[in-house]
Amino acid sequence: MTSIEGRKQRRRVIKALGAAGALGALGAPVAALAQASKLKVGFMLPYTGTYAALGRAIENGFKLYVKEQRGKLGSREIEYFTVDDESEPAKAPDNVNKLIKRDNVDVIVGTVHSGVQMAIVKAARDNNTLLIIPNAGVDEATGPLCAPNIFRVSFSNSQPGLAMGLVAALKGYTTAVTITWKYAAGEQSIGGFKETFQKGGGKVLKELYVPFPNVEFQALLTEIASIKPSCVYTFFAGGGAVKFVKDYAAAGLKDKIPLLGAGFLTDGTLDAQGAAAEGLLTTLHYADNLSTPRNNAFRLAYAKAYDSKADVYAVQGYDSAQLLGIGLRAVAGDIAQRPLLIGAMASAEIDSPRGKITLSRSHNVVQDFYLRQVQNGQNNAIGLAAKSLADPGRGCSMG
Amino acid sequence: MTLARRTLATLALLALLALPLVAGKFYVDLIAKVMIMAVFAMSLDLLVGVTGLVSLGHAAFFGLASYVLVLVAPDPYTAVSLWTSLPLAVGACALAALAIGALALRTRGVYFIMVTLAFSQMGYFVFHDTKIAGGSDGAYIYVKPSASVGGWSPFDLNSGAHFYYAMLALLVLVFVFLRMLLASRFGHALRGIRSNEQRMRALGFNTYCYKLAAFTIAGAIAGLAGYFAAVQFGFVNPEMLAWHQSANVLLMVILGGMGNLGGAIVGAFAFVLLQDLFSSLTKHWPLLMGGFVILAVMLLPGGLTRATETWRFWRFGRRHG
Amino acid sequence: MDLPIFLIQTLNSVQYGLLLFLIASGLTLIFGIMGVINLAHGSFYMLGAYAAFVLSGLTGSLFWAIALGVPLAVAFGYLLEWIFFSFLYRRDHLQQVLLTYGLILVFEELRSLAVGDDVHGVSVPATLARSVALGSTMTYPVFNLFISGVCLVVAVLLFVLLQRTRLGMMIRAGASNREMVRSLGVDINLLFRVVFALGVALAAFAGMVNAPASSVYPGMGNQVLIICFVVVVIGGIGSVTGALVAALMIGFVDTFGKVFLPDYAGILVYLLMAVVLVWRPEGLFRESRA
Repeated sequence: MTSIEGRKQRRRVIKALGAAGALGALGAPVAALAQASKLKVGFMLPYTGTYAALGRAIENGFKLYVKEQRGKLGSREIEYFTVDDESEPAKAPDNVNKLIKRDNVDVIVGTVHSGVQMAIVKAARDNNTLLIIPNAGVDEATGPLCAPNIFRVSFSNSQPGLAMGLVAALKGYTTAVTITWKYAAGEQSIGGFKETFQKGGGKVLKELYVPFPNVEFQALLTEIASIKPSCVYTFFAGGGAVKFVKDYAAAGLKDKIPLLGAGFLTDGTLDAQGAAAEGLLTTLHYADNLSTPRNNAFRLAYAKAYDSKADVYAVQGYDSAQLLGIGLRAVAGDIAQRPLLIGAMASAEIDSPRGKITLSRSHNVVQDFYLRQVQNGQNNAIGLAAKSLADPGRGCSMG
Repeated sequence: MTLARRTLATLALLALLALPLVAGKFYVDLIAKVMIMAVFAMSLDLLVGVTGLVSLGHAAFFGLASYVLVLVAPDPYTAVSLWTSLPLAVGACALAALAIGALALRTRGVYFIMVTLAFSQMGYFVFHDTKIAGGSDGAYIYVKPSASVGGWSPFDLNSGAHFYYAMLALLVLVFVFLRMLLASRFGHALRGIRSNEQRMRALGFNTYCYKLAAFTIAGAIAGLAGYFAAVQFGFVNPEMLAWHQSANVLLMVILGGMGNLGGAIVGAFAFVLLQDLFSSLTKHWPLLMGGFVILAVMLLPGGLTRATETWRFWRFGRRHG
Repeated sequence: MDLPIFLIQTLNSVQYGLLLFLIASGLTLIFGIMGVINLAHGSFYMLGAYAAFVLSGLTGSLFWAIALGVPLAVAFGYLLEWIFFSFLYRRDHLQQVLLTYGLILVFEELRSLAVGDDVHGVSVPATLARSVALGSTMTYPVFNLFISGVCLVVAVLLFVLLQRTRLGMMIRAGASNREMVRSLGVDINLLFRVVFALGVALAAFAGMVNAPASSVYPGMGNQVLIICFVVVVIGGIGSVTGALVAALMIGFVDTFGKVFLPDYAGILVYLLMAVVLVWRPEGLFRESRA
């Protein structure tokens, strides 16, 4: 090597080192800046419509946990963005786009309606955005459409149905009629019930559907009376659940044909339903009277903060924050460290008010399902309907 | 077109060509969506502005084409070929328009409006209530159609920029096609029907056939727009056929000015961009939208592209007429 | 399906049909007499329902809510015609469609600002909150019978008004030939205003009386609007008799359709309309213009 070339090479090396050093010097404050800046959490929830109360409960639960952690998760302060999805699947792609492309959120927490959820899941997959589902049980989200960045801390639609089908068969009911809203959540809940009920020897005589979010039940209640099954299984939630329970009682069916429901029928709705709901049996992964220190403390804190009774939706919102917190603590707030974040979240054991829960391979919750009865305006657990029920996760190719 | 208008149009075209180079992904996607709606609006303008047929059910064809795309795919994760699925979708819409038009055109005036509304509502309920494709939740397309022909790919619809330019090309092609159609004898006959149908019949024109032809062509072009709307968002939903959608596109046509296709394009841009603006201002944006609609129809009955004429009318009255 | 169940479903059909008739009768009169396509008619139904919710919350009783609400609706209709709709008569149908569409948006958002977007139940008055036994298995809510009864009474009153009073005579004349009525010296502006107020009041009353059964929710007006247009078109524009027949037909088709062909129930109503129009393009009872 001649001395001229040697000098050129040395100069190149020095330039390269200098550039690397400069970048490094810039990089460190940038990384530190990222951690000091606020974490953007985007809520896509229904703030209007038949599911509005559910959306509010979820947000309240989430914020309660953040408040308990002194306003920070994994040493990051939180900045909230909200979009009202109105439980409208047609507007969902545009709405979730607002959070991802306009607000550039780091994590999306949403939603309640299974049809809307499909749009969010698709957008999360397309953009690789972290998604925590605090309610919508659409089977596909932890089934064929599962992804490492998608987590669910609630349930999958078929689970309460699967649990209730077991109960109905054990109780000796031979025939059933189902009634629900005609969309993904209703259909999948009925599917779960049918599966275990038929395996237990029962027969579903007819499946009745009402367009979402219609609440005119009179003609179909008459049809139920005409068929005279040994029980009726239903899925309704929010405003629709209130109306259905009241109409069922007014049609004189409550004492003649036992009404069995997925727990949403009586969660968050008992005040409005009054006497019409007394004695109703439902299955859900939560009950008001779970007398654990964790649940009692949670219910007390929630009542103090929001002046209303906690329900399953509040618990799910609370657990969404817990899951996010566990992940952020593992990466010291640096949300860009995806593999480590996801690993921590996937293997998390969450201390939920409903009991300790873990996640399955498809990132859905593994949990106990309680059989509850409405007693004196409260959903009281009277037994276990199914233990450690994992959602089958059919079609998920992860793990 | 006057020199002023021609310059404006050229400038607008240049701006559209340059957009993806300067704007972010959100706006490129938005303008692509607007261009699709502009094609939709132009197809309705052919019916309403040129032939004088007020249809409140035009969204039926828009939505039908999107559903054809979903139904043609063997499963949501395989890409279909653009060159087979697009003609299929447009063809289906043309057939549907032929069938619906044959029945609907037996009525006139306000009954025609109602019948077109009824048919689009039927279409809405077919997709909403039955299990054809996901019902009220809609159905998803996870992989966009592929444009490859025997191994060679002229463009990739997955790329935002490619899709944008494809839509721009579509807009220009449809505009040119419709312009030629309007300049032809057929187009003149349509205008004659709008101005006085009885006279046209007295002159020996079979007005029913001309109206049916216009209805079919309009339906097919609406299908073209609907197909690409589904491709862009990868999502179809019964609301695409709902009467709200029909009312919105009717509004675009009237907002921009009926009868001259440029008005439909202007109307589509104005409507979508206004909707985006209003919804970012307040949760109660439909209030602003509704107020705007009322003001626009009251004060600018000729639409934005005839604004100067309307202004002159207000200012100088009929003295110059 | 055995006889008692068939009778109960008939009862359900008649209830729905009569309710539709109340709303559609106003629409057909406005359409027939003033020649205005009013897409905002469903909004009057919605506003009536929300008024029932608010007023029954304030007064504690649905009856008082209706007693207060109906005069309010009449006044509202009168003012609305004066301020807004009188400008629509000269416009063509396309502009009327769009202007009234804009009005729907405005009404929905004003309601949203005033009362919010939540779904609300309206309590059935205590005196009517019973059920009567019909058949061996089910009981029928008395309130639903009340709705049917009230709608029937109002329908009868409407017919009496139209057939036996001077005002009714002018309305019928105006529905069959507007220009003639005007040239005979009737104060057409006042007539229009009265008809419009009547239409609004009927729709709002229907909303109020049905609120406990349907719940009160955003968008309830839109669903009812389209069905009412179908009623008006099948019955014939301007014909109240036609509206009654068509409304009852649709009540039956919809109710029995939901039970026998649930996937196609939505389509059946429109199919019916298409068939009627192809057979009789101007509706079943269209009064021919002189």
